[in-house]
Amino acid sequence: MDFELTASQVDLADAIARVLVSEYPLEAVRSLEGAPAVVDRARWSNLAATGVFSLRLAEDAGGAELGLAEATLVFEELGRALVPGPLVATHLAAGLVDGAAEGSTVVGLVVVPPGGGGGVVPVVLEHLADVDVVAVLDDGGVSLVTPADVDATAAARPLDPLTPVWTARALPRGEPVAGPEVAARWRRDGAVLTAALQVGLARTATELAACYATERKQFGRAIGSFQAVKHLCADMEVRRTLAQVAVQAAGVTADQPGVGDPDVAAAEAKVLADDAAVGNGRACVQVHGGTGFTWESPVHLLLKRARVHANQFVTAAEAAAWLGATLPPP
Amino acid sequence: MDLTETEDEHRFRTELRSWLAEALPTLPPPPAATDWPARRAYDTRWQRMLFDAGYAGVDWPADSGGRGASPVEQLVFKEELERAGAPFGWANFVGTLHAGPTLIAEGTLEQRRRYLPAILRGEEVWCQGFSEPDAGSDLASLRTRAVREGDDYVVTGSKVWTSHAEVADQCELLVRTGEPGSRHRGITWLVLPMDAPGIEVRPLRTMAGSNEFAQLHLDDVRVPVANRVGAENDGWRVTMVTLGFERGTAFVGDLLEAVRLLGRVAELARRTGALDDLGVRRQLGHLRAELDGLRALTRRTVSQAARTGLPGPGGTVFKLAYSETRQRLGELSLELLGRAGLLTTDVEAADGGRPLPVADLVDDWFRGLSLTIAAGTSQVQRNIVGERLLGLPKEPPVATGGDGRRGWTSS
Repeated sequence: MDFELTASQVDLADAIARVLVSEYPLEAVRSLEGAPAVVDRARWSNLAATGVFSLRLAEDAGGAELGLAEATLVFEELGRALVPGPLVATHLAAGLVDGAAEGSTVVGLVVVPPGGGGGVVPVVLEHLADVDVVAVLDDGGVSLVTPADVDATAAARPLDPLTPVWTARALPRGEPVAGPEVAARWRRDGAVLTAALQVGLARTATELAACYATERKQFGRAIGSFQAVKHLCADMEVRRTLAQVAVQAAGVTADQPGVGDPDVAAAEAKVLADDAAVGNGRACVQVHGGTGFTWESPVHLLLKRARVHANQFVTAAEAAAWLGATLPPP
Repeated sequence: MDLTETEDEHRFRTELRSWLAEALPTLPPPPAATDWPARRAYDTRWQRMLFDAGYAGVDWPADSGGRGASPVEQLVFKEELERAGAPFGWANFVGTLHAGPTLIAEGTLEQRRRYLPAILRGEEVWCQGFSEPDAGSDLASLRTRAVREGDDYVVTGSKVWTSHAEVADQCELLVRTGEPGSRHRGITWLVLPMDAPGIEVRPLRTMAGSNEFAQLHLDDVRVPVANRVGAENDGWRVTMVTLGFERGTAFVGDLLEAVRLLGRVAELARRTGALDDLGVRRQLGHLRAELDGLRALTRRTVSQAARTGLPGPGGTVFKLAYSETRQRLGELSLELLGRAGLLTTDVEAADGGRPLPVADLVDDWFRGLSLTIAAGTSQVQRNIVGERLLGLPKEPPVATGGDGRRGWTSS
């Protein structure tokens, strides 16, 4: 047992972080705020070239044959840099949808809750203007829908200005491309990778808050020297740390047979990562005070993106309820 | 990142497991929690069994008489002991986890020869004399005075929260040898024999009704200079070696105990019907996620220790998160016990089923309350996380009169 990152895992995370610094600087990301389409195809192709979408595919399919554990490291960096677009969906679709792995096809995703969903909330689709195809994931499997066939209305003001959304009453019947086994794996891996994006957001929020608390002075001293503020930041670090190890453990548990239950680990990762991203996003706003409540500061983007991810694949509330109901007897 | 056991680790686990299966049934039933002389006898007997089987000081280096196990084997050791329901050995923990490791790191050859084998064999029990009535979180303000007289230090003062002091043979004692107000620069680490004249042990009753710890009153107690570990006035640094051990794998057994407790709480919720409540399921599931997350964090910390020889910075984060999670578990337990939680002993179930596990769950609730205080309060832990891990500025010194006392974080 050695649960520390290997040298090549550290290198992988460093490599993607370096690419993101040049490809997705904050100004470039923010220049797309409010646009109906936020995927810059050239940058998306460069992401694909670093292996973001293909890294778990077999070598003869153009992949690197890496595991979900390595993918969590890459997605943590993507979350950290606030990269917009259907990253997890396209990654999952690689190998199943032509061009997804290479970045030439951008894949959207609608996850139908287990049992079929229903209720009063309409179908909410993300990134409809960016995607070439929409994958629909339900209990029966995965099917593909052409975006133009979806009768959808664009939301005038999406919660996250970098995640444009549409609403639809229903989805057209798609072309089935995979069965229930693949669907179950997408649900699990999708939850883990979304949790990894959340860890990235939680990390950025912690860094921004700690930096601001060190620089900002009130009453003649840095606000981070006050315990009331310091303890807010400490709790952010605690949430980030727990979520990060839980997400990485979920990746390893999916990759290595016999070390645990991968579904349980995935659900736990999503619970802790949603807590960390949403909790740290909120705390980051609080530490920044009035500045944190402005549009100009990037802080709100972290919290809003965290709310988007909190509603992808499985919510923390759903995952926690399932974990509670399935606790093994002592 | 690899969570799969190596062959060596697996062999270590298998051998330990079969030894435990043979050894544990030979133990008598555990004594009452309040009967410390009986607990001492029970715990030291267990320590002797560990010693005879080659498992005493599993995390101590081999040249100090320990097993010299790798950090992962230490983790396996604690997992298997908890899994098998082995005694924790409360009477041994100061010696094996605090005083012993300190002596290994800082003691002279003579001191190591004198004290270490007795700890490993369960012949001597240690207690800790660090905190004082006026020096808790601000440990560096301690005032128990040691004055040099010939070959002795003459010690006067009070110590508090000293676990099982009434049955201890030796006490790791921090005293003020520097000027008053010299804080970290004027502290010395001594071995205090508990049979020395002038020691009064006054047991303290906890809110749980137990007598876990005591207050020590020291009145002109003579301690040989030969009992000093490290240089005079260098005791703070010596102490830090000890505190580092406490934040390594010390909580592994505790964590697994909490996982087992969570299973019992879920079982109770199933029996009472509370599990039909979505809110209860969410709370249970949330605690499950947190405890397993903490397990992953332990594995990370242990893996870092295996690579670098030092536990990673996860220890403080662990202590903070674990103690608060455990406290929430206790709150949920009491909520689910409902009016049965007005008792502190198991009660017959109204449906004729197995008795409701009131005693353990109420006990755990009390324990949760102590965990956010003992070994560094959650508030102090947050200062450490904020300052050491996030690099936030310390609080500016506050002048509080002539004794030079300042915020606990300043050094």
